[in-house]
Amino acid sequence: MSIPLADLVTILPECLVVLAACVLFVLDPVMPASKKDFLAWMCVGTLVVCFFITAAGMGEKTFAFSNLVVVDSYASFWKLLLYVVSGMTILLSIGYLKEERIDLAEFYGFIMLSLTGMMIMVSGSDLLVIYLGIELMSISLYIMCGFKRFEAKSIEASAKYFILGAFSSGLLLYGISLIFGAAGSTQLVEIAAAVNARGLDDPLVLIAMMLIIVGFAFKVAAVPFHMWTPDVYQGAPTTVTAFMAVASKAASFAAFLRVLLEGFGGVKPNWSGLILGMCILTLILGNIVAIVQTNIKRMLAYSSIAHAGYALIGVVVAGWMGTGAGVASAGVSSIMLYLAIYSFMTMGAFAMVAILRRGGLEGEELDDFTGLAKRHKGAAFLMMLFMISLAGIPPTAGFIGKFYLFMAAVNAGLTWLAVVGLVFAAVSAFYYLRVVMVMYMREPSSEQELETRLALSPTAMVVLAFAVAGVVFLGVYPGPLVSIATSSALPLP
Amino acid sequence: MAVLINGFLGHKYSHDLAGRIAFGSVGLSFLCALTVFMGVMADPTPREVIAYSWIFGGDLHVNLGFLIDPLSAVMLMVVTGVGFLIHVYSVGYMHGEEGFTRFFVYMNLFMVSMLLLVMGNNYLVLFIGWEGVGLCSYLLIGYYFHKVSAAKAATKAFVVNRIGDAGFLLAIFLMFVNFKTLDYTKALANVGQLSTEMATAIALCLLVGAIGKSAQIPLYTWLPDAMEGPTPVSALIHAATMVTAGVYMVVRNHVLFDMAPVAMATVGIIGGLTALFAATIGLVQNDIKRVLAYSTVSQLGYMFLACGVGAYTAAIFHLVTHAFFKALLFLSAGAVIHSLNGEQDIRKMGGLSKKIPITYKVFLIGTLAIAGIPPLAGFWSKDEIMAHAFVNHYYVLYLFAAIGAFLTSFYMFRLTYLTFYGQSRVDPEVDKHIHESPPMMTVPLMVLAGLAILGGFMGVPPEHGWLHGFLASVATPLGAVPHEVSMGTLMGLMAVAISIALGGWGLAHYMYSVKPGMADEWSERYAGAYRTFLNKYWVDELYDAIIVEPCKRLGQIWDWFDQNVIDRFIRGIGHGADASGAGITWTEKHVIYAGLNVVGYANHLLAWSWRKLQTGMVHHYAAVIVIGLFILVHFLFVWLLGTSVL
Repeated sequence: MSIPLADLVTILPECLVVLAACVLFVLDPVMPASKKDFLAWMCVGTLVVCFFITAAGMGEKTFAFSNLVVVDSYASFWKLLLYVVSGMTILLSIGYLKEERIDLAEFYGFIMLSLTGMMIMVSGSDLLVIYLGIELMSISLYIMCGFKRFEAKSIEASAKYFILGAFSSGLLLYGISLIFGAAGSTQLVEIAAAVNARGLDDPLVLIAMMLIIVGFAFKVAAVPFHMWTPDVYQGAPTTVTAFMAVASKAASFAAFLRVLLEGFGGVKPNWSGLILGMCILTLILGNIVAIVQTNIKRMLAYSSIAHAGYALIGVVVAGWMGTGAGVASAGVSSIMLYLAIYSFMTMGAFAMVAILRRGGLEGEELDDFTGLAKRHKGAAFLMMLFMISLAGIPPTAGFIGKFYLFMAAVNAGLTWLAVVGLVFAAVSAFYYLRVVMVMYMREPSSEQELETRLALSPTAMVVLAFAVAGVVFLGVYPGPLVSIATSSALPLP
Repeated sequence: MAVLINGFLGHKYSHDLAGRIAFGSVGLSFLCALTVFMGVMADPTPREVIAYSWIFGGDLHVNLGFLIDPLSAVMLMVVTGVGFLIHVYSVGYMHGEEGFTRFFVYMNLFMVSMLLLVMGNNYLVLFIGWEGVGLCSYLLIGYYFHKVSAAKAATKAFVVNRIGDAGFLLAIFLMFVNFKTLDYTKALANVGQLSTEMATAIALCLLVGAIGKSAQIPLYTWLPDAMEGPTPVSALIHAATMVTAGVYMVVRNHVLFDMAPVAMATVGIIGGLTALFAATIGLVQNDIKRVLAYSTVSQLGYMFLACGVGAYTAAIFHLVTHAFFKALLFLSAGAVIHSLNGEQDIRKMGGLSKKIPITYKVFLIGTLAIAGIPPLAGFWSKDEIMAHAFVNHYYVLYLFAAIGAFLTSFYMFRLTYLTFYGQSRVDPEVDKHIHESPPMMTVPLMVLAGLAILGGFMGVPPEHGWLHGFLASVATPLGAVPHEVSMGTLMGLMAVAISIALGGWGLAHYMYSVKPGMADEWSERYAGAYRTFLNKYWVDELYDAIIVEPCKRLGQIWDWFDQNVIDRFIRGIGHGADASGAGITWTEKHVIYAGLNVVGYANHLLAWSWRKLQTGMVHHYAAVIVIGLFILVHFLFVWLLGTSVL
């Protein structure tokens, strides 16, 4: 059997990323320790090349491997976002891993492998391919979570994530096998046909759909499948947390939407009702529990749950009964926009946590930020910017993201859902601004002043610059991104 | 024109860092505003300037653009003019304070946001400015960051404002759904297509935003606390400009309100109630700035009342005069505080009229103006509001306003008497150092005093003053029937207003000057009412008890639940199941053990000890997933098939 060259060209970026990972794993043992940074730069270089390849192919729609993989604008949009985020993670990790004394080059290899998994997820048009992507992404993430191997917290996070992740994968796989029983195929197109023909009166389809929804809900950390998030986010090395919170969430949402709309588009009203319930629960829980957190990483974990809740509003809109195609596709594009913006601000916030150090440890407690404005004006200002953006206050990008989502909800006739979102966005200001208050309005103790410092490597500065540029530029001039998101939204059934 | 506007915005940004010349840039923007204003006077047709296309995609298209019409021109003058004076004053007031530069950076940021707010040509730009001023207000209230109360007040102000903002944003969404545009001119031209219900809904949502920003019942609690900020901030943000944004918004959207009588009535009632309610609290406060803060809330109530009875021009008129005299009062209160080395309690003042004569004189002018003694500014505008309420047959609102006016006059003169007359109750230590403020502070005060005296004449004669003509194109109620009111009625109302003001003055004079012991006597005789006023009707405590605390507790419980209960509880069950073979005794022991753990781990930080980690925990998270899945499937079955799986 031979693989047609055309198919390989279609997935050229995936091939390049895997290749980079392989080269890295081979070179890692033979390179002297002092040259390891080179490997990180090689990965970044690969990402830049991939970025241009994908960007050049935007707008085309190509199938490959007998319709198992599709490269359309929707997939390309997510891939571009994933390249940026992965690149930021790698750059941030260069300094961070050294500070934590875990600077092993294979870390970058895992990021690349995980990225490959995500790329497959967003490009898969077959449930099994998507499943493979999810597994590749997750297994790499499990390992990365446990990278601080001298810390029980980190190992625990890894183990916990692994067991729960495997469990949810099991559910997902079970769902896939059931739908295979109903449709005779795992291809989304075939599934859509079967779902349309049988409807939900067939328990097989129904249970399969439920299991698949639960599997994805776990990945995007929607309530009540969020339980792993706070523990894992807190325990994992901060750059990994950032990567999980941003990239894995984006990729999961991308695949989730594709499966729901392309596979189960025929029963839209049914799943959108369920997701509506999850969405409201997620908004309530994420925002309320974040109020009482004293650890920034944990607070950001709950905040990322809350943000998943906002993004779910878009999913609900995309599937809501009686909405026209235009409104539904606005739901999809508003999620794309929201998660793109969310990536920048969350990445920035985690980057700040990663570079702030107290003694030999990370400054991850809220307390460590006390009076930061006195000691490091610039750092405090950036953190304030990210917090303001996360709270959705104009003129930052966070506002634009929320604006589009809520607008989509109102357009779909879900005004009350927009109200719920708005109320919780108001509540969220409380915990985000607490960070600002602590930084600007409290005096640091003298002991703290001695102990805390910024581990600001040049590469971390690049990451921060990217994040700030994203937060500010997309807030002041979101036009281009909006039009890209709108034009590459999934075509609706 | 675009070049002009952007020119001074950009100019201000570049000067942000150089705090010391900040007021210069504001002065320049004032000059620009003056030019713009002259232009509008010459030709009052609205004109729009589009800077660039800000958001596009789908059917949403929003420009970052500005609209200059008589309404925004008036606001522009107030914001830059008063803002300029306050900046000059601040240079003297904040001299030597820590973070001088930071202060001016925030102040200028505030000016930029405020200008965006009043000049935007669509709702989204208005909203950006709206949130921007909120943010700056937050930063400036918390300026004295070493004061815990300041930080708390800042957060409170921001969160309360966010509640209002949520309403505003919702109104924007509804507006877009109905009009497919967010530009004022296009949206407001199409208001006629709306059903009354939709117009009411939008107007009420807007109102929620307005009452948040303009500190009306029930969202007024943040403003008095906001007095923790430096005094020039109180003057600029919490008296003259930001808090009037709500009034500006209502007037800007008056076409909508005209269509929705219910919303209109709500505006009037909220305004009337606030005017009265806040005045009663102001009667007994002892902090000089808090008295002024409640007076601001009350005066804003008058402006809302004016909007509620359709007297939009009167609302803007009062907004302008209020900006003059309230900025004057706050700044001179600041001068008093400055000369007394930071003392704010009026029980520790008295007899200051000799020692700081200039401050005394300007403060007195401010008091006369706000109390409504003719011919000062406050009289004309307040009288016009009350007259409108009366002739439009809103007698209850008129009554509220009249009582409020009496109380206003009373508490303002009480403040004046306690501060400047009688025996000095100043701490002897401080007494030695009392000094008049430097000219940097007194000159702006004198200018404002001049404005407070003369400002009223732009609205004279009532109904046909210069301001009325100027604003006629933007603030005339829809479908209003111009009814001529006889001169006699007007004169009569004026006479009533004057006697009310003089009555309040007289009573204050009697109580605090002629028979100084009387106030204490009264506070004892009417102890119940006195305490209620002093404690501000316990509204803060009420909000805390019914909203803030439950929210926090819910969060804590849930957090604790996430971390403990589920683990423990399920572990108990899990162990029980594992051990079912090993006998009931074993199970009981473990269930009880788990139960004890629940209690023992109530303190969730303790529960965090990772040593306690057991692989069991993970099962239990997994169990939650299964339960969740099961519930979802079950619901769907019941929903679709009408049968239960169970």
